[in-house]
Amino acid sequence: MLVLVFFTVRLTGDPVGLMVARNATPEQREAFRVAHGFDRPLAEQFVGYLGDALRGDLGRSLRLHLPNMELIMQRLPATMELALAALLLSLAIAVPLGIISGVFPGSPLDLLARLIGLAGQTIPSFWLAMILILVFAVNLRLFPTFGRDSLQHLVLPAVALSVASMGQMVRLLRSAVLEITREDYIRTARAKGVSEIVITLRHVTPNALIPLVSVVGVNFTYMLGGSVYIETIFAWPGLGTLLNDAFNDSDFPLVQAITIFIAAFAISLNLLTDIAYDLIDPRARQR
Amino acid sequence: MPYGLHRLLHDPGAILGLILVTLVVLTALFADQLAPFGPTEGSLTNAKRPETWQERGLPGHLLGTDQLGQDILSRVIYCARVSLTVAFFGVLLASAIGVTLGLSAGYLGGRVDALVSGAVNLLLSFPYLVLVIIVAPVFGRLLLTVILIFGITDAPVFARLVRGEVLRLRGQDYVTAVRGLGAPAWRIMLLHLLPNLVGPLVTLMTFEMSAMIFYEAGLSFLGLSVPPEVPSWGNMLALGRSFLYIYPWMSIYPGLAISLTAFGVNLLGDWVRDVMDPRLRHAD
Repeated sequence: MLVLVFFTVRLTGDPVGLMVARNATPEQREAFRVAHGFDRPLAEQFVGYLGDALRGDLGRSLRLHLPNMELIMQRLPATMELALAALLLSLAIAVPLGIISGVFPGSPLDLLARLIGLAGQTIPSFWLAMILILVFAVNLRLFPTFGRDSLQHLVLPAVALSVASMGQMVRLLRSAVLEITREDYIRTARAKGVSEIVITLRHVTPNALIPLVSVVGVNFTYMLGGSVYIETIFAWPGLGTLLNDAFNDSDFPLVQAITIFIAAFAISLNLLTDIAYDLIDPRARQR
Repeated sequence: MPYGLHRLLHDPGAILGLILVTLVVLTALFADQLAPFGPTEGSLTNAKRPETWQERGLPGHLLGTDQLGQDILSRVIYCARVSLTVAFFGVLLASAIGVTLGLSAGYLGGRVDALVSGAVNLLLSFPYLVLVIIVAPVFGRLLLTVILIFGITDAPVFARLVRGEVLRLRGQDYVTAVRGLGAPAWRIMLLHLLPNLVGPLVTLMTFEMSAMIFYEAGLSFLGLSVPPEVPSWGNMLALGRSFLYIYPWMSIYPGLAISLTAFGVNLLGDWVRDVMDPRLRHAD
């Protein structure tokens, strides 16, 4: 992962041309190269970078002249706040809706669930964000258009960011419930005279939630990616705007640092998801 | 009547999906005939006008004009070309790379498998957008390079699917039989394993195509896809964002076009999946 990021970012262009004033002398250009270590052979740069990264040092930003790790840590809380809010919103709506729609296929709530499921696949989050701003901030004036000052500021970005994962969760739960209700043990429970409510809550729901565990982890990492758009549109001061700015400034040590950070985060999260899966589902442990 | 056709006629969703996709494809093919104006044709006197039915709208510009006086409807029509080209060829390339890697990894096993699986798992652990964002600037911003970007970054999804399917098929009696007859590995992979993968592959290709329409728009939106002067839905949205509060029609229609296209492809994808997977045939 470190290798991939290092070389792809190196390939994106020479930072010297962008960072040094146009009328700089060749000597000044050279001095800039030496100061940032760009004069050393690529292999040497790479070894140095690898060692630093493993010690948690992700280098310094070219434009902001601060350690990248410090910049990331500054912005991380805002991104986490947004991503967690979006995740909780997805879960709060998807879990009840997905289960109800699976238990009562064909009902009005099932129709709503299928619509949300489809919306997640068909409405781009950044377009939804713009429409939400138009309707709820510009026309109805219910929420602020951008920034991060109060809980109200969180509503529109969180809704925009949550739609894709909400749709996926609803679809997953619905099909899981439909499958489980055809299982023999559900028929047995029915034959024993167990009430439908108890069957749904005690037998169907816990089993339907198992596949959701793996999706929650994956969706959280996707939200970190999606936050690049949503944060930029809502001027939310998180990692996404930082990445977008770093890109526009060709501040490639910072781009490199952020992508490594997000990827490392995603990989740890995947690992945690696998462990959680083993703990929850005894069947996974035997394999 | 073939099963697929029977299924299509009894599924309103599939019919709607087919109609939508056909419309979008025809729009892309006949953009020159359909669009009232050229994609970059416009005069500043007609700039910044809303839709025809609005107060300041012009009769000739049904969906309004942008800040340069370019016709929004015409641009949305021309954009179908870029989006569909990227989605179609991107998925084709991704599946070609993915199938090659997945077949070799699944069938040959050993070191090949360790290498391919390692790379695939690594790439899949990145949030897809972040992966595209770091790869995109390396390739530059031509239509061809955008297709390359998506073809390469999306290949792991196909490789994973194919490898899994091959691992399942490899132990079956018919494969053991042809191997016993002395068939070389390439022959088993191409003639005996690949045909059995067509179903899941076509299904995945359809869904990935709708995902790619999304990702292309997203990449354009960040200014990393085709250059701004090429009409693409994402470029239109990126531009519209700057004028969101004053000229909202610049953002509404390109997004609507993305959503309708993705909607159609998805409905079609559901149908393809039902037809290709015989296990689902009796499910409902």
